[in-house]
Amino acid sequence: MELAEARAETEPRAVDRAALLAVDGVTLRFGGVTALQDVSFAVQAGAICGLIGPNGAGKTTLFNCISRLYDPHAGTIVFDGRRLARFARHEIAALGIARTFQNVALFATMTTRDNVRVGAHALARGGFLANALALPFAAREERRLTERAEALIEEFRLGRVADRPVGELPFALRKRVELARALAIEPKLLLLDEPAAGLNHEEVDGLADEIRAIRERRGVAILLVEHHMNLVMRVSDQVVALEFGRVIADGPPEAVRTDPEVARAYLGSAR
Amino acid sequence: MRLDVHLCALVGTPPVSAFLHQLASGLALGGVYAIMALALVMIFQATQLVNFAQGEMAMFSTYFAWRLIDLGWPYWRAFAVTVIVSFFGGIALERIVVRPFANAPALASVIVFIGLALIFNALAGWLYGYSVTDFPTPFDGPPWFGQRYLSAHESGAILVSLVVLAAVYAFFRFTSLGLAMRAAAQNPTSSRLLGVRVGWMLALGWGLAAAIGAIAGMMAAPIVYLDPNMMAGILLYAFAGAVLGGIDNPFGAAFGGFAVGVLENLMGAYVVGSEVKLSVALAIIVGVLAWRPSGLFGRRIVARV
Repeated sequence: MELAEARAETEPRAVDRAALLAVDGVTLRFGGVTALQDVSFAVQAGAICGLIGPNGAGKTTLFNCISRLYDPHAGTIVFDGRRLARFARHEIAALGIARTFQNVALFATMTTRDNVRVGAHALARGGFLANALALPFAAREERRLTERAEALIEEFRLGRVADRPVGELPFALRKRVELARALAIEPKLLLLDEPAAGLNHEEVDGLADEIRAIRERRGVAILLVEHHMNLVMRVSDQVVALEFGRVIADGPPEAVRTDPEVARAYLGSAR
Repeated sequence: MRLDVHLCALVGTPPVSAFLHQLASGLALGGVYAIMALALVMIFQATQLVNFAQGEMAMFSTYFAWRLIDLGWPYWRAFAVTVIVSFFGGIALERIVVRPFANAPALASVIVFIGLALIFNALAGWLYGYSVTDFPTPFDGPPWFGQRYLSAHESGAILVSLVVLAAVYAFFRFTSLGLAMRAAAQNPTSSRLLGVRVGWMLALGWGLAAAIGAIAGMMAAPIVYLDPNMMAGILLYAFAGAVLGGIDNPFGAAFGGFAVGVLENLMGAYVVGSEVKLSVALAIIVGVLAWRPSGLFGRRIVARV
């Protein structure tokens, strides 16, 4: 503990505030437990950043801070030049942050198409009165929304299951629907929470290509929480390692992989 | 008492014809139950709570329409204005009275709903009195299509119910707003992260439920007559219909409403008599909850453990 604090003092990290996402000194406590302690790092526009760490390191908690599900007790999160704390939860999507969940949070009884359409809805203009009165521009909006949803369904090869309730689909397919839904809001930053969990070996390989392809096609930055170390090292431009709510390493995948602190966190230290 | 009128009219008619008559008028009230059930389901899906004030809200709307008609307004104009006022009234009610209890235990909300029901009932009695009043129907004149089983109003009420059901279906199926409302009801957290304003969707659900309830009230009043307690039985039948069809399934609830209407009428005429036919509704509710809690068309929730 003392050692870690000493390290933090000797290496003050200046957060790049011009980055797409700048997490600066974020601290969050649940009762007496400090889930995040002075966490700082930055993700550049269009970059893929892997977030690793043992169970309970605070990865998902950090995600929940970035998507405004939790309010940090200290520190700031700046996205695209704007402080997230100033926005309501439902406004985060419109700012350009999309996310998927560890255990897939789709609308189970709705069809694949409708799930993707809800994602596209966030960008729809025109209040509900315009919608209810079916004003011409609302109808145009509706068409645009449908077109975008169709394009995503095609892009993610979901055409065959477009009209089936997603609750009936196999897990790997559901993950793809969730990805399509997240991208429907045309985000600048995509948060992926353990996209490889529950997938078999072959599917994980496919996922790595998919993640890279998404970045190439859309230039979207991706922040990725993942236990599957191979996947993280393969796709990331930058890796941030957390342990007990603190950042213990931040750098290119090769450097983090060989970092002694990271090895100790995962394997325990030899005394 | 309505039944007695029917029985008088039926003296001397052959049994088959009497049976068809009972069946048909069951459908007419069944349509009212169906759209009331739909209103209940709309709020239940979003909050997992049954709005016990739904009936009294509808009754109050019906009195509002009656006042407008009494002032000399044409029927359909009064009808439209009542529906619109009820819609915004429902939204206001959610925002002001229901919202503060959003995170309270379910029992607190139930108390709020019961309180609302009592308030609307007392308010109607205070403003309009407790005497039973006639309510006009826009469907006057001879029975439609030359048949003799349904009065013009009964045919009209069935037609209006079907139009309401179709409109609600189209709204939820084909508009992005309806889609967002469904999403908000199913998974509020996910919906928020996708930019859906969940709080507003809830308020909108209340508005729609109030508007639909107003239509149900105006269709029921010419049959059951207007008084502050007119909706008590109807709400119970609607609830039975919703439970029968599956309270998480709008289509099932509407079907259940029609089924309960027919069942109630046939049971009242041939089995239990009109005095105790309200217990038919209770029997249905208890029976369904005991044997098939998710209803005829409801989804059984299976959790993986």
